[in-house]
Amino acid sequence: MSVTYLEAIRAAQEKALADDPRVFIYGQDVGSFGGAFKATKNLAAEFPGRVMDAPLSEDAIVGLAVGAAIEGARPIVEMQFADFSTVGFNQIVNQAATLYYRTDIPCPIVVRLPSGGTLGAGPFHSQSMEAVYAHYPGLVVMTPATVEDAYSMMLEAVSIDDPVIFCEHKLLYYHLKADKLPDTAQPVGKARIARAGRDATVVTYSAMLHESLQAAEDLVEEGWQIEVIDLRTVKPLDTDTILASVARTGRLLVVGEAWPWGGVNAEVISRVATEGFGLLDAAPMRLNARDTPVPYHPDLWAAHRPTASVIAARLRQLLTQ
Amino acid sequence: MVTAAKEKTVACNDLDPALLVRAYRVMLLARATEDKLASLYRAGMIKGGVFLGKGQEALSTASSIFLKKGDIFGPLIRDQAGRLAFGDTVLDTFRTYLGSAKGPMRGRDGNIHRGRPREGYYAMISHLGALVPVVAGGLYARRLRGETGVVGVTSIGDGGTSTGAFHEGVNLAAVERLPLVVVIANNQYAYSTPNSRQFACADLLDKAAGYGIAGFKCDGTDPFASLETLQLAVQAAREGRGPQMVVATLLRLVGHGEHDDAGYVDAALRQANVGRDCLEVGATQLIESDVATADDIAVWTKEAQAEVEDALNIAQREKGPDPAEEDWQAISTERLADGHHDLEDE
Repeated sequence: MSVTYLEAIRAAQEKALADDPRVFIYGQDVGSFGGAFKATKNLAAEFPGRVMDAPLSEDAIVGLAVGAAIEGARPIVEMQFADFSTVGFNQIVNQAATLYYRTDIPCPIVVRLPSGGTLGAGPFHSQSMEAVYAHYPGLVVMTPATVEDAYSMMLEAVSIDDPVIFCEHKLLYYHLKADKLPDTAQPVGKARIARAGRDATVVTYSAMLHESLQAAEDLVEEGWQIEVIDLRTVKPLDTDTILASVARTGRLLVVGEAWPWGGVNAEVISRVATEGFGLLDAAPMRLNARDTPVPYHPDLWAAHRPTASVIAARLRQLLTQ
Repeated sequence: MVTAAKEKTVACNDLDPALLVRAYRVMLLARATEDKLASLYRAGMIKGGVFLGKGQEALSTASSIFLKKGDIFGPLIRDQAGRLAFGDTVLDTFRTYLGSAKGPMRGRDGNIHRGRPREGYYAMISHLGALVPVVAGGLYARRLRGETGVVGVTSIGDGGTSTGAFHEGVNLAAVERLPLVVVIANNQYAYSTPNSRQFACADLLDKAAGYGIAGFKCDGTDPFASLETLQLAVQAAREGRGPQMVVATLLRLVGHGEHDDAGYVDAALRQANVGRDCLEVGATQLIESDVATADDIAVWTKEAQAEVEDALNIAQREKGPDPAEEDWQAISTERLADGHHDLEDE
């Protein structure tokens, strides 16, 4: 008996609905169809009237969630793909994200963003939007990389009083598995040392955690011990854990699947450079996706995003500087 | 499905005289408040813009005066009157414009961007149309909780009907059959852009049929007609007949903001029926229908002006927010605050 990353997200939503009558789910095809990825499978039948299909209106879907939150509900809204959240962008960044600061009323909504590239998905079903939302004050941005985090962070996303952008990676949906759902959870907002090491620190999150862990593994036979940090949430960004790791290793590579300009990786390096410059034995490095739309063809896509072999090659450069 | 209410210019027998008086006094208070805001702006005493609803007081008052405690009101730029009718105060108006820390927005937002959401009085953002789905969402949550008979009213202008958010919000409210009343004040111009550059349908009310919701039309310069129409629309929503759209025709009698002299307004419109001042129309209606005398109206006007002076005196003595006392937090969950400010208190 095992559980996938996607099943964990579904199970967490099921538990949230069962535990709290204020929770409801609203989004395109989330009702009896169970969602484009089946993240809400059977939930409409299990919770009648609380898991509802929405019209194709991302702006209105998020707007509805904000209004419902004002009235004390705790809505979960699904954007069918993270890419389409641009249509609801205004409601997310100007309505939901400003409500607490302006009016002292919290805005407990969860916006689920099926994120990241998958084979053949192309420019508009592949985007990683976490940096865009992290840029705006007033949002918590979660980027779970494991089945356990997908489950426990979804539960926490629903329970906290602030708007949460929940970036769930589509590439992990089906093939990432755990033996069972977790009973306990690491606190949200704290990064996790996914692999301990002494020679260099890789800071990463979401699907790139698994590419980075593979790269670390590949370097073992060359004698390198790489520490890999899973950020878990990109906002808040756990700078303390990053700095403590860099203090041990003296070398930093930051890996993400999003575009380079002004991204999470840029923020991590900026903070380490300004707050921990003296800890570095070499210039920090970063790996992002290329600065083009995400290409359709599998060969182009494979070369567009960092992979384990690219990460390992960059680490070799970093380690011999 | 679409029913256009008759346009009336004479007294309506269906309206309680006490309600007519209350509505007119709200209109007077709104006008007195806005006249004061305009002079404060000219004197350089207000930071930022001043956005007035002169000429729209009748429609705005009618928009919220039939709401009860527990209902939801999402006003927009030109709704000083509707805000007051829903329970906002002149004092909170000045507090917000002057940036008092005691105002509902605590200096964090200003002018028309104010509300008390916990009391059903939602605070608009500047993006037109964005409030429509939010009010719909408030109503959706109430229904999920099993509450019935709740109504939400939100307003918008002719320009706002061109936004995607307006379309998505009205369509969603129609699909969900929510008790939402959308009041469209067609004041002929969106900032400087005339109706001819804003929409191509013969009448904005045509949109109601497109969404499959009921529609009403009224002369927004006519207080009695506005009240009668909104009473019908709010009642229909309260009875569970789904969203209601009201399209009122009027003219904004001021600029978009006080920085704008509105020189683009067609002079012929000012002379036409649409350019009437609803306060003058209302005075005539009250007198002709024996609800009030000219002396009554003169007394109410003085009382409104006195209330405005009193509120302003209080607000002007209040302090603004102290940057050193601010927590500078945009989320409520302290342990999840990113806490990274490049600017720190030195």
